[in-house]
Amino acid sequence: MAPILKVRNLVTRFHTVDGVIHAVNGVSFDLEEGETLAFVGESGCGKTVTALSIVGLIPRPPGRVEEGEVILFDGERERDLLRLSEPELRHIRGGQIGFIFQDPMTSLNPVLSIGQQIAESLQEHLGMGAAEARRRAVELLDRVGIPDPQRRYNSYPHQFSGGMRQRAMIAIAIACRPRILIADEPTTALDVTVQAQIVELVQELRSELGMAVIWITHDLGIVAGLADRVQVMYGGLVVERAPVDALYETPLHPYTIGLLGALPRLDQAGAGRLANIEGTPPDLFAPPRCCPFAPRCACAFDRCWQEVPPLVEIVPRHEVACFFDVVTGRARNDG
Amino acid sequence: MDERRVLVQVEGLKVHFPITRGVVFSRRVGAVRAVDGVSFDIREGETLGLVGESGCGKSTTGRAILRLIRPTSGRVFFDGIELTGLSEKDIRALRPRMQMIFQDSYSALNPRHSVGKIVAEPLVIHRAARGQELRDRVAELLELVGLNPACMDRYPHEFSGGQRQRVGIARALALHPDFIVCDEPISALDVSIQAQVVNLLQELQERLGLTYLFIAHDLSMVRHISSRVAVMYLGKIMELTDRDELFENPLHPYTESLISAVPVPDPRVEKKRRRIILKGEVPNPASPPEGCVFSTRCPRAVEECRRVEPAFRQARPGHFVSCHLVR
Repeated sequence: MAPILKVRNLVTRFHTVDGVIHAVNGVSFDLEEGETLAFVGESGCGKTVTALSIVGLIPRPPGRVEEGEVILFDGERERDLLRLSEPELRHIRGGQIGFIFQDPMTSLNPVLSIGQQIAESLQEHLGMGAAEARRRAVELLDRVGIPDPQRRYNSYPHQFSGGMRQRAMIAIAIACRPRILIADEPTTALDVTVQAQIVELVQELRSELGMAVIWITHDLGIVAGLADRVQVMYGGLVVERAPVDALYETPLHPYTIGLLGALPRLDQAGAGRLANIEGTPPDLFAPPRCCPFAPRCACAFDRCWQEVPPLVEIVPRHEVACFFDVVTGRARNDG
Repeated sequence: MDERRVLVQVEGLKVHFPITRGVVFSRRVGAVRAVDGVSFDIREGETLGLVGESGCGKSTTGRAILRLIRPTSGRVFFDGIELTGLSEKDIRALRPRMQMIFQDSYSALNPRHSVGKIVAEPLVIHRAARGQELRDRVAELLELVGLNPACMDRYPHEFSGGQRQRVGIARALALHPDFIVCDEPISALDVSIQAQVVNLLQELQERLGLTYLFIAHDLSMVRHISSRVAVMYLGKIMELTDRDELFENPLHPYTESLISAVPVPDPRVEKKRRRIILKGEVPNPASPPEGCVFSTRCPRAVEECRRVEPAFRQARPGHFVSCHLVR
């Protein structure tokens, strides 16, 4: 598969009055055409900041993308998004890359009707006339499952329920048939029955439009049924990346193993205790000098405290950043 | 069947919040039926899970049981004493035995008080300890919930979310309660921290013989922690039974669709699962539908469901359901 997006060694820091927050500390990945890649991790692991850095949405100041490159492939063309001007980026956002966020209420404009917000994007990016944009916006509202779209075109965000707002956000995001959709915890604030509706909708749209999707979440449950590949993040680094089946069947990083063990399962009778990951998430005020998970890791040994483990491909397409081999129970001897 | 003694008994509990119009001459124009006729028992030493989507009335039920909200009607008994008829003074005397843990530990703890003072407060108010004895008891409580007693002089903002939740638990335990309402105690926490807090709650239950009402929207966690589970929808209980019976043989169409909507962290299982995706969203509790409250979204509703409200009845031993379709 050809990559559509190639991110290399991305570093994003926030310069606050309390000190420098090292949010993303050298993240690299490829996004392949049409695939769903999930970013999984707990709060502060850098999953959202990584996605926002790609498209220049980091609030600046205090944030700054300090290193790396983000190559967007477009036919023969290659462009580094980190080196584009703001007008060029604006054209890519909403055009080539669409977004949905956790809280649609703060990302929708409260004083424009839902329909106007979709039409605006169509006029801006595709150069449609007002009447055509309106007609297309009504079609999009209908496509994302908003009942009575003619009338709802004129409704304002506060007149929609949470689930309906998220549908409207999706309509805006896909309006210009983007090649990449970034979904940042789009179902976290929703009830489970509405969450299932939204997941189903995004999956339908993905195959209809042939988009690649970056799905950001803390929920390993959702990921299992949704992603093609999963990238587990911790302390601003990728600690493991694998196709979805391999990640759940043979997780290689002690953190991934811990996360999976900490989850109760609906399809199993609850017996005994959940696996515990002792301790608390890492302090991001210092750059990582060793494995960020070492303080909480039962497998950590001296080397883990001395250097940051690189992400290494152990079996084809399955990479892990860990000096310890959980399969043999010994340190990896890779030099 | 479980032969344990009933500790908390709820009968036909209703909590309606009035909707008023007009500033000077305020008049009542309707009511939000947050809780609309709920009945269940909680047995000593068990965990009753109360699940449902936002706005279904699960938190209001918890608060009304502890009489933090006055019920509109219905009765609540605690250890045989009817709480609903008690005066404020009498209920205060019972408060030590019934406590609550909140979802948002940040707003539940006074930011200007040290952790030691927060945990000591119930002991001071109920004159349970003073001086060195008070300090010792606070240290013991902090240790019980896995916090270092040396952090007694620190303030809530210096702690992580999981640690703050432990402080809330220590405070709830201060007066040796029998019964704790846990209102979404882990919803705001990260996965790895959720497991820590849930394990702590289970350990404390075993050590101290506590009885929990565990309110949550996460069905997987409810299955893990509960002995029995009640499913609420729009102010009413749809189904109530033993934990495994509920998840393996759900009788109510709402329970069924709720279970099918929860993703399982296993791609092989997920590929085989069939989702029952409900159409639409929860109706407004100020004007609930006629007949069965779930009839507007129920994939199996028949004409009767839209006219007649189903009774909450025992369909099998220990398995209660309110649905016309269950024979």
